[in-house]
Amino acid sequence: MSDAGDSEREPSIRAEALEALLIERGLLTTADVDAVVEQYNERIGPLNGARVVARAWSDPAYRARLLEDGTAAIAELGFGGAQTDKLVVVPNTTTVHNLVVCTLCSCYPWAVLGLPPRWYKDPAYRSRAVREPRALLREFGLVLADHVEIRVWDSSAEVRYLVLPERPAPLAGLDEAALVAHVTRDAMIGVARP
Amino acid sequence: MNEALDGVLAPPLENGEAVFEAPWQGRVFGMAQALAAAGVFSWDDFRARLIVELAGRAPDGDGAFEYYAHFQRALERTLRELDVIPGGLLAARAAVLAARAADHDHAGHAHPHSHPHDHDHDHDHDHA
Repeated sequence: MSDAGDSEREPSIRAEALEALLIERGLLTTADVDAVVEQYNERIGPLNGARVVARAWSDPAYRARLLEDGTAAIAELGFGGAQTDKLVVVPNTTTVHNLVVCTLCSCYPWAVLGLPPRWYKDPAYRSRAVREPRALLREFGLVLADHVEIRVWDSSAEVRYLVLPERPAPLAGLDEAALVAHVTRDAMIGVARP
Repeated sequence: MNEALDGVLAPPLENGEAVFEAPWQGRVFGMAQALAAAGVFSWDDFRARLIVELAGRAPDGDGAFEYYAHFQRALERTLRELDVIPGGLLAARAAVLAARAADHDHAGHAHPHSHPHDHDHDHDHDHA
């Protein structure tokens, strides 16, 4: 595509210009656009991650490969592509709960979860995930027993983390395709359980 | 999803394709949905132009970047043809923003294909 001409700026600049003009005319707000993007990413972006988790729940050999080398294991399913970041998958157990944050900015396992939710970029989330994860999780509606250890994983440009939730017991009889629907974005960040 | 885009009009969602390869793709998608929801244009107004734009796409270049490049043109065209945002106005604002970007440390990053992926450190506008 030849979009380097004088008359056509790069897409990100044009998108920013258009949004600014529409806002100035009162035709939409930033929040309107955010809401669509967020809804879209919540429903569709994390689907890749949900497929990874459903496969791991269904196939012990895949689970082992996923925990050994997350980047290679998601590539088996066609995810990751040109993105060269290292993906580390951290498994929840009955005694360990994992929580992902990026304290510096908003690094996120993009290839499997889409764009990060707004709260993930929020300074309060980023600091409290480290300082008081148990209280933070309670506010997300996840109350963990005292004996459950919380491990907090700080993402970076080099390493991204994905939580492998435990498969809920009632889902034992479901096949992989059916399991996908039960894996939520929040469970893969670690602020919820499926 | 508020508005349907089926068949050949569908965004690249399947086959493990990432949804938005860059933040601007989410913004143009969100703007189109929000404007239609607000009644600035009807979804059919937009859809008709998207069909025209997508009809011109290269047969082997249908990744998310290509899709949203067409999507963006269709949105700009809809707003231009319905006299919501004249094309000259958009070009002028984009020129202002591009000049600002050149003043920052992003000079030399003016190639749309050089960063099609995740900008983790997209701090250029966030810290007003």
